[in-house]
Amino acid sequence: MPSTITPPDIDRPRRPDFIEGDNGSGRKPPTDKRTGGNGDNDGDGWSNRPQGKRGPRERLLRARTGLFFALFGDLMFFIALVSVFFVTKASGHFDAYNRYINEWLPTAIPSILWLNTAVLLLSSVSAEVARRAMFHEIDVMDEWFGFGRPTSKRAGIWLWVTLLLGAMFLAGQWVAWGQLSTHHAFLRANPSSHFFYIITISHAVHLFLGIAALIAALVTLKHSRVMATRQVLVDGTVWYWHAMGVLWIFLFALLEYGQ
Amino acid sequence: MKMQPTRAKPEHSRITHHRTVGFGYLAISLSAVAAGTVLSLAMRLHLAWPGWSLPLHGPILPEEYLALVTMHGTLMLFFVLTVAPQNGFGNLILPAQIGASRMAFPRLNLLSMAVTAVALFVLFSAFIVPGGAPISGWTAYPPLSTSSLAGPGQGWGMDAWLASIALFSIGSTLAAVNTLTTIVKLRCDGMTWERLPLTVWSWFTAALLSVIAFSVLLAALLLLFCDRHLGTAFFLPHTEWMNGVLRQHGGDGSPLLWLHLFWFFGHPEVYIAILPGMGLTSMVIANFARRRVFAYRLMIATTLLIGLLGIVVWGHHMFVAGLNPFAGSAFALSSMAIAIPATAEVLSWLAMVWRSRPQLTTAMVFALGFVSLFVAGGLTGPILAQPVLDEYLHNTFFVVGHFHLIMAMAGVFGLFCATYYWFPLMFGRALSERIGKVHFWGTIVFAYSTFLPMHFTGLAGEPRHYAQLTGIPGPTGTLLAATMPLQRHITVSALCLGLAQLPFLLNLLLSVLRPVRTTKNLWNATTMEWAPKTDKLPAAYRGPCHYSQDGNEFAPQWEEPSSTADGGA
Ligand code: HEM
Ligand SMILES: [Cu+2]
Repeated sequence: MPSTITPPDIDRPRRPDFIEGDNGSGRKPPTDKRTGGNGDNDGDGWSNRPQGKRGPRERLLRARTGLFFALFGDLMFFIALVSVFFVTKASGHFDAYNRYINEWLPTAIPSILWLNTAVLLLSSVSAEVARRAMFHEIDVMDEWFGFGRPTSKRAGIWLWVTLLLGAMFLAGQWVAWGQLSTHHAFLRANPSSHFFYIITISHAVHLFLGIAALIAALVTLKHSRVMATRQVLVDGTVWYWHAMGVLWIFLFALLEYGQ
Repeated sequence: MKMQPTRAKPEHSRITHHRTVGFGYLAISLSAVAAGTVLSLAMRLHLAWPGWSLPLHGPILPEEYLALVTMHGTLMLFFVLTVAPQNGFGNLILPAQIGASRMAFPRLNLLSMAVTAVALFVLFSAFIVPGGAPISGWTAYPPLSTSSLAGPGQGWGMDAWLASIALFSIGSTLAAVNTLTTIVKLRCDGMTWERLPLTVWSWFTAALLSVIAFSVLLAALLLLFCDRHLGTAFFLPHTEWMNGVLRQHGGDGSPLLWLHLFWFFGHPEVYIAILPGMGLTSMVIANFARRRVFAYRLMIATTLLIGLLGIVVWGHHMFVAGLNPFAGSAFALSSMAIAIPATAEVLSWLAMVWRSRPQLTTAMVFALGFVSLFVAGGLTGPILAQPVLDEYLHNTFFVVGHFHLIMAMAGVFGLFCATYYWFPLMFGRALSERIGKVHFWGTIVFAYSTFLPMHFTGLAGEPRHYAQLTGIPGPTGTLLAATMPLQRHITVSALCLGLAQLPFLLNLLLSVLRPVRTTKNLWNATTMEWAPKTDKLPAAYRGPCHYSQDGNEFAPQWEEPSSTADGGA
């Protein structure tokens, strides 16, 4: 578990309402916040919980849970596409002479995709560096107390690197589509090219969303006053980015070896 | 580092508050149900009296009839039965029921509601685009859904339908993510998984199904869009004739593929529509029979099992579509297997009321009505699930009868039950019980009177999706003519069913004009949403439905156990 700032066990008046916007960003002495919790044990209040079971950490876990479910739905989307891929690849028809015809001609995969894959993997590394930077304990402490913004600065740089690499990946995909279309392998050309485009474009749309999230995270790093908000946004963006990387590896393997 | 005084942000602004969002969802459903009802009555009038001409419009043409069918089904299934129980009441009641003060992601919540509202507008726009509304049914089977050659509504209208349902899928997935995270992460102190009310469990299961099913539907819609506009052939055979035009496609796609994808979504979808009603029925019956829910854990398990099995039965909609017979048998088995957990639920409901002295409030009678409709509609399920029988019954009104009893009517009864039960929480006032009873009896009598005879006309051979059943020569005509008296009866009943909703409207009106204010725990309920407002943090001390032997005393979930008497866990 990465470090998030949680107020120490000092006086914790119970507040009726959950107040966000004051989660220890270095301006007020830490107080307890009412946060959602998993009521596993009978009769214990949040105040009696061990540290790390309340406050910003719960916000982080909540965001991650949401992201997990959303990615699960996304996975189903791609599972559907891949199932259709295999069904279509296996189907054919009988022509006028009663011959069985299968129209599937594998689409040659432009070799630049290998390069793109490498770039995307690299971008995941830089993203992870950014994410870890957000949770570097001593710096988080400093930032929380208001001694500058060491974590946000460092994470920001690595997020920029990620953004650049991500843009390079998308540019690389663009080149690949261009190369294919010079060979007249358009979307409509053949069942296999249907899938090449549908899969790569769907994935590219997801990466665009990822880039939008990166930009949002960068803006937040600059302007949000709440440490936890910055951490949550960077963390969510990076996990999303990783998921898209892993997804791409499967999709690429399918296109490269599955046809 | 600037030192600035900070303004404490309010927890959530009014507009992202879950109550606002919940009412927004209900408003979406209300406009959809009003429109959908009008469409269905027009259909019924046309079927019974084909010469009847719609005021301000003229006689209903065959393609218009098909457009009515399509829009009615789409509005009702998506925008009413998916939206209101799961997201409408889900937002209004669910947070309070788990002792949370909010949904996990309030802004996302508002966004998903807005997306759903836009989807509804886009769907309505199908009426005014050139060519009018689509005609390929709520299931949009290809090849008719792939080309504007298929009919007037299949150009712009079909595109509007695709856009609307794609938006709807996105909105529903986001809403489901929110619901799931809320239930997993925001339960209050002491609200363990076994103590969650069954309503929460069914919202949870339905949300899981939504995340799984709507993503697949979205993929299918994307492929259909490509087939329509980008020259692909995922769902189109190599060569086909459509309305006198020979169409060649560069591939070996198949409409069957769409059926698989669609029903992989479609069957879970019908459970998304009914699960919240099932959960509510359990809780309401327990509350008014003053009995605890028998085998609580088993009920949780059956809820999940129904959801799980619901994912693997989609092929029962495709028995006559050219499915491999072995696959048909497998789907028949899994479909009949789902009757087991469903029966367990029914038995539990019956066991709760059996020899209890239920307090017959309006909410309770609607819950009992739900049980009755669920049984009556459910009995025909296993019949349809046999490929041999379905060969005859598929595409007859028998199927229409089946799903209107079990889904449409049961779903609506669930919604009415929710409305009467939670009205005090929603508006701080109660609905009249007396008028509620009138509403109930009118509704249940005409619900059966409308949808039960459809089984008989279906058995007699009346096909569904046919614009006109009169004036056909030969034995077919004789056969269908014999069903006409019953069909007219159905139409009259349907009109009466519509009129039977007037007491409900009157009831709503009276609650505005002569409000009976109430905020207290009107039904002596035990679940957290009825907890009085205090500034203590909410906490749950026991499971729901703890009543004393005579039912006069009860231990609500929020009440701290006293040292002398404890409700137990
Ligand atoms: C015992 C459980 C059930 C079984 C075995 C069952 C079986 C079936 C079968 C085999 C069909 C296809 C008939 C055909 O098209 O030829 C069907 C249609 C349908 N069922 Fe059920 N059913 C069950 C419960 C439900 C429930 C609980 C709902 C909804 C809440 C539901 C909603 C529908 C709908 C909407 C259709 C028609 C779809 C369409 O063609 O437009 N069923 N059912
Ligand atoms: Cu089904």
